[in-house]
Parts: sequence; C-alpha cells; structure tokens
Amino acid sequence: MTFHTHPSEVIHHEVPRQVMIQALRRHLPEDGLLWEESELCPFECDGLYAYRRTPWLVALPETREQVRSVLIECRERGVPVVIRGAGTGLSGGALPLDKGVLLSLTRLNRILEIDPANRMARVEPGVTNAAITQAAANHGLYYAPDPSSQIACSIGGNVAENAGGVHCLKYGLTVHNIQRLKFFTMEGEEITAGGTGLEGPGLDLLALMTGSEGLLGVVTEITVKLLPVPESARVLLAAFDDIGKAAAAVAAVIQAGLVPAGLEMMDRFAIHAVEDFMRVGYPREAEAILLCEVDGTEAQVEDESVVAQQVLEQAGAFEVRVSRNEAERRRFWAGRKAAFPAMGKITPDYYCMDGTIPRHRLAEVLAGIARLSEKYQLKVANVFHAGDGNLHPLIIYDGSIPGALEKTERLGAEILELCVRVGGTITGEHGVGIEKINQMCVQFGREELQQFHAVKQAFDPRGLLNPGKAVPTLARCAEFGAMHVHKGQLPHPELERF
Amino acid sequence: MDLTQEIQTQVVSAIAQRRELNIVGGGSKAFYGREPVGEPLPVSGHRGVIEYEPGELVLIARCGTPLAEIESLLAGEGQMLPFEPPHFGPATLGGAVAAGLSGPRRPFTGAVRDFVLGVKIVTGRGEVLSFGGQVMKNVAGFDLSRLLAGSLGTLGVLLEISLKVLPSPVMEVTLRREIPPALALESMTKLTNQSLPLTGLCYLEPFLYIRIGGTESAVASAIAAVEGEVQDDEENFWLGLREQQLPFFTEGAANLWRLSVAPATPIPDLQGEWILDWGGAQRWLRASIPAKDIFDYAARLGGHATLFRTQGLRQQIFQPLPPALARLHQTLKEAFDPHRLFNPGRMYEAF
Repeated sequence: MTFHTHPSEVIHHEVPRQVMIQALRRHLPEDGLLWEESELCPFECDGLYAYRRTPWLVALPETREQVRSVLIECRERGVPVVIRGAGTGLSGGALPLDKGVLLSLTRLNRILEIDPANRMARVEPGVTNAAITQAAANHGLYYAPDPSSQIACSIGGNVAENAGGVHCLKYGLTVHNIQRLKFFTMEGEEITAGGTGLEGPGLDLLALMTGSEGLLGVVTEITVKLLPVPESARVLLAAFDDIGKAAAAVAAVIQAGLVPAGLEMMDRFAIHAVEDFMRVGYPREAEAILLCEVDGTEAQVEDESVVAQQVLEQAGAFEVRVSRNEAERRRFWAGRKAAFPAMGKITPDYYCMDGTIPRHRLAEVLAGIARLSEKYQLKVANVFHAGDGNLHPLIIYDGSIPGALEKTERLGAEILELCVRVGGTITGEHGVGIEKINQMCVQFGREELQQFHAVKQAFDPRGLLNPGKAVPTLARCAEFGAMHVHKGQLPHPELERF
Repeated sequence: MDLTQEIQTQVVSAIAQRRELNIVGGGSKAFYGREPVGEPLPVSGHRGVIEYEPGELVLIARCGTPLAEIESLLAGEGQMLPFEPPHFGPATLGGAVAAGLSGPRRPFTGAVRDFVLGVKIVTGRGEVLSFGGQVMKNVAGFDLSRLLAGSLGTLGVLLEISLKVLPSPVMEVTLRREIPPALALESMTKLTNQSLPLTGLCYLEPFLYIRIGGTESAVASAIAAVEGEVQDDEENFWLGLREQQLPFFTEGAANLWRLSVAPATPIPDLQGEWILDWGGAQRWLRASIPAKDIFDYAARLGGHATLFRTQGLRQQIFQPLPPALARLHQTLKEAFDPHRLFNPGRMYEAF
C-alpha cells in the first residue's frame, strides 16, 4: 500500500461505530448495512486494486429515500461518506475511509424509462452502462459512451468520472451524452440539474457534476441521451513499421477532414500480448497498428473508408486491411478490447496510466515513455485512444517483489509529468481519485486549487463527501513539494528530465 | 492584443472600491438577460487567435476576438465552430461563450459548452486562473470551463477560451416539405431516430426544413431516402433562423420566448406563433400571454423557458429556480465572485 492520507484531509469525529450502525440500520433493509470483517472485504478497493483499506461500514440502500436518510444521519454526526458504484474505477476514487461510511449505489439499479420518441433513458445510478444500450436496442437506439468496463461499470460511476471509451472522438464523453441529473447534496437537499430538453436553466451544474468524483453530491437519477444505431460501420487496420509513422498518421487522418468513430493505437508489445492471448490476426511484424472506425450511413462509410485508406497508406502504413463484414469488424476490435486481459496473462500485475496530450506531440511523448521505461527497467505497453491523444501506458510489474510497486508508481508519475509538460493533462478519463492526487499539485497552481476548494465548499460546506480525493489540500501540495509546471515552463529547463 | 494585465488591474480596483462591473464584449447580446447594471468593463480590445492547429482540431483565442474572424479562419481550413453560434451583431468569442447560445446544428453536433476545452478567467478575487486546456479529454479537477459557458459573465471575466472545432461537412443540402402542424413533431421524430447525416431540422409552418450534410454520395443517398424538395436558397433560411432575421422574429411586438423541452412534447394550447427548431427541442414562441403561464408550462414539462426578447421590462427573464437550486447558485456565485461585482443581476435578481 503506497497511498498516503494527508492529515489535512482527514475528517475527525468521535462517533463510535456501534452508534452509527444503530443509526443507519433503522433506514436500511435487513441486508443493507455491512460491518462484519468478512462482508467488508469485497469493498476494500475499486479497480485500482493495489490500494486497499477495509471500510468502516458499508451501506447498500435500495431507494432514493434511503440514500437521503444515510446522508442525513452522517451529516448530523459529522461522519464522512465515500460513494461507490460498481467499483471498476481505476484511480481509487472509491477507496474507503478508516472512519467513514462507504455508500454503495449498486442496488439502485432500475431502468425507470426508455423514451424512444425523445431519444432518452431515465435510469438509476446502479444500472450498468451496457444495460442501457441493451434496453434501448429494440428501438434502434443506443447509449454512445463505451468504456472498456461497460459490461460491469455503472452509469452513476460513469457520471462521477466523466467516463470515455473508444468512441469519444466522434460521440464525446459522458458529459456530452447526459441531459439531466438528480442528486442529493450532503445537506440532504435534492437538486435537479439539466432538463428534459437539451439544456437546463441557470448555471450548467450538469457539466460541473459530471466528473466531480463524488465530491459534490450523490447522484440518484440520470437521464441519458440515446442515439440511432449507425446504419453501417467499418474498421480499417493499418500496420506500421515505425511508431512515429503511426503517430503521424493519426494527425493525418484528422487533418484529412475525417472524424472517425474511433482511432486507437497499439504498440508492438501490446500486439504480441494480444496475439499470444487470442490470435485475432494482428500483424506481429508491425511496430504499431492503428484501428480506425468509420460509421454512419452506407454511403458515408463507403466514402470515408476510401479516404481513410488513402491517408493511412500515404502516411506509410505497410498494410491496410478494411473489415469486409460485421464479423471481421468485431474481430479487429476483439484484440483491442482484450488488450488488458491479455496483459494480465503475461504479467502478475500491471499499472494503467491515463495522461492526455495534444495529438501532435504523440511521437515525441511515446519516445519519452520508451526512454523512461529504459531508465526504470520496467516494460511499458501502449494501447490507447490515439484520436483523442489519450494515452494508456501499461506498466508491467510484479507486486510480490518488494519495492516493485513503488518503482512502478515513480515511473507512472514521471510519465504524467511528461504529459503535463507538453501541454496535456494527468488524466483523460480515469479520474484523479487518490492515485493522482499528488500530480494535481503539478497540474494546477495554488490559486486554481483554492478555486476548486471554494466550489467544493459551495456544495459541501463541511467537506464530508469523499475527503482526500480528487483535489489535494494546499498542505499536501506543500509537502509533496512538486514543481508547478506553468505553461510547460519548468524551473531549470536546462536539466535533462527524461 | 493582450490586455490581461489591464483587465486584471481594473477588476482589482473594482474590488477595492466595491464597484459593480458590466462586462462588455461586442455588445451584440446586450438585449439578452436582465438589464445590465454596473460600470462597463470593455474587453473587446483583448483579442487575437493565440493558437490554431487544424490537425489538432483546437483553437485558442482571446475573448474579444470577433466571432466572424474566427469563423473565416476556420473556413479557410475546411473547419467550423460546430455549435453554429448566433452573432446578433458584432459578436465576440467571449460573448458567444458567456451567453451559451447555440444555433441550428446544435442537436446534431453539440452545444457551446460541449466544445469548450479550457478557459482562462479573472475571478472576483482578482486572480487570473486557468482551467481545462487544449486536449480533447481532461478530467483533472472540477470542470469549471464548461460551468463558465452560459454563465452570462456572472462568475468571472473570460480572458481566453480553448475550443474543439470540427471539419465542416463536404457539402450541405436543404430539403423542404409542406406538412400540417399536427404532423410536424411526428415527422421530425421519424427522421431523428434514423441513421441520417442531419445537420438541421426545423418546422416553420407550413414547411419542414431538413438540412443534410456529408460527402457527396452520402448526401445524395440521404436525399433519396428523405421526402422533400431540394431548396436553392437554403443558406438564407438557416442564417435567418440563427440570426433571428426571419419575419417570424422581426414582425410584430409580441414577446419572443425560447423554450427548451423534450423534443416530442406536443405543441401546447398557448396563444401564439411557434417555430420548432432542434428537431423540437428548442422552440421559439411569439406570444403576449403572461410570463407566469409560460414559466409554469415549461416547469411542468421538466424544461425551461427564457424571455428572449421583449419590449417590456426585463425583470424575470430566465426560468425561476426551485429554492434548493437557487441557493446552490448563490453559493457558487460566492465561490467565484465573493463581492458580487460581475454582471450583478444579469441572470437572476439574487446574484
């Protein structure tokens, strides 16, 4: 365990656990409150399993009213609350507290309404991402954002993290695909943000809530937008003998006026891991491949795939395959979607990063990552959303070797700082959580962080929701002692930092 | 021209003297919202495109940059502002983002805030802060950039805005079909629920206007699939709609209302004339009935109404907020502008 709870981020209270159990039991179903060690165990971490802590108490409400009662009981006693969805998050945002309530929303899992005429679905936060698309399918509609964990991850968690996926380039993130939220503030007030139309009244709280990592309120109902399923889709698989050429091809595709539905890159290491795992037929001799999906009407897809093929060939691809049917399209994607399990096959542990950079710095940053990988003597595979400039370097390590995780984290931190330096960000879609809280001190200056705290205070004056996550205290940053990178200007730019 | 320091200095001195400020860009949207009060803070001199990289689909410009200048720069590279913002005069980028208004393309591409990637602002504490950035995906910290879009200058002075832009469709064609008002919504739903490259969908009695965009053969095949006659003066209709130059907007003295509701909502029995834009999700109403009736109607539907243009007093312009939501607006305002200096009362009387 290498996360560090800063003293300035701890909410102190003297409420005995037994008192809290008594207070909450009254409001929850028989099996809706967990406190036995064996029951708490499954909740000790989220998808960032390297960071664990046994929860104090776990509440599993089934209704909005129960959620509200839990919040009021906690607020009255000054007990902090961590909200948890399906627990697939990758930044430790749902890591429990020593003396706080873990509020799991998985039992609020009803699809309340599918409204095909208005192309929207009204759902509770525990509904999985994929279940929405399934429920809408017989109307010829679907929910566009598709994070890799879509079978398991909940829509409430997607809202909390502003989750992305492989189709963001054309269809946007969660924030672009929802239109209304109902949430409770920690004060127990129910707020509706957005509306039944495309836009809501007043300030855009819908946008502010999205990606707020459970710090501002507890979302209990979400209205998502649905889109008509595209008539046709085709994937081009382009193979390159040089990763720099593949990176340049990404920019060339965009510059050609195409907005592919997805534009993904995998490097040699990832290609081999996938081929060893499931043999989808990716070219093993390639240094990198690009998967470029175009979708829309038949005619649009025909036109765009012709243009895309030309651009990829001109950019130096030694081979471009175009999917000839739906089965082949799915096979091209299967390898990409299995990349993480494939990595799991060849290494005891891996650590997935999430920096985003301007696309034109891609080749340079990939080279920088390779140098850092060399420096730390840790292998790094790259499988990522190239079209969005959203990197997912996977660092391969063995957690059973003492010090290996710490070394991995140091490499990860250097990769993120490299992203910030080229004008990018420390997280594109996984969130800050507890994982990247120190890097927030690198990304933002003191005054920006203070503004975040002021916003937090407007919603949650006592700071009881998810303390110690997403936004570091200034005390933490002072201790972390990070150099603040401002507009790519580091102190002592003459120093070699790769 | 970079006037960051000058603007910051003016804000700092306004804080010291507790002077209320009325942020003014091109002045093209002075009619919008509640009556502006306070000393004018002109920002149109703070102008210029800072960065535009067509291959990145990103444009960064200062707030005072004329919208027209940005649009022609983008057009030169075959790109566009995907939210098709209305100008209403010599509009600036900052004003367009602060007003948060989007044009006919909005339901098919997205709103102003959807394309805001980052902002630099002066807060009501006189600090110059940056949020977001120039990358497509960024979830570090609260998304304050998008919150600033549509905030009508009540939270801070926008200095710089970084936007995602998109390639323009290779070509666009408009079809027109005559249909009775009773069938308008149903016809629009039929179109929006299909996989079609729509870029505009509006009903103005007696015609349904359908704009289609894409590659040449994509447009040709869509024309074959959609009923309607190809229009020659298509540009004029969409421009007139966006800029409110159609006779619907310019004639008569009745109030102009904007209603945001679920697109398939039946047309209500309110006395007035309608345009159904955004496939039905944005509706323009010319009516002289009491404001309360319209706000109540919108609230019942979970939507909202805006008194967009009026010759009367500009009192209650925006949908009244439920008490808990109104309190949250108040506390958020304090988080950005504790002395209540920026555009006081422009959105709601209370802040």
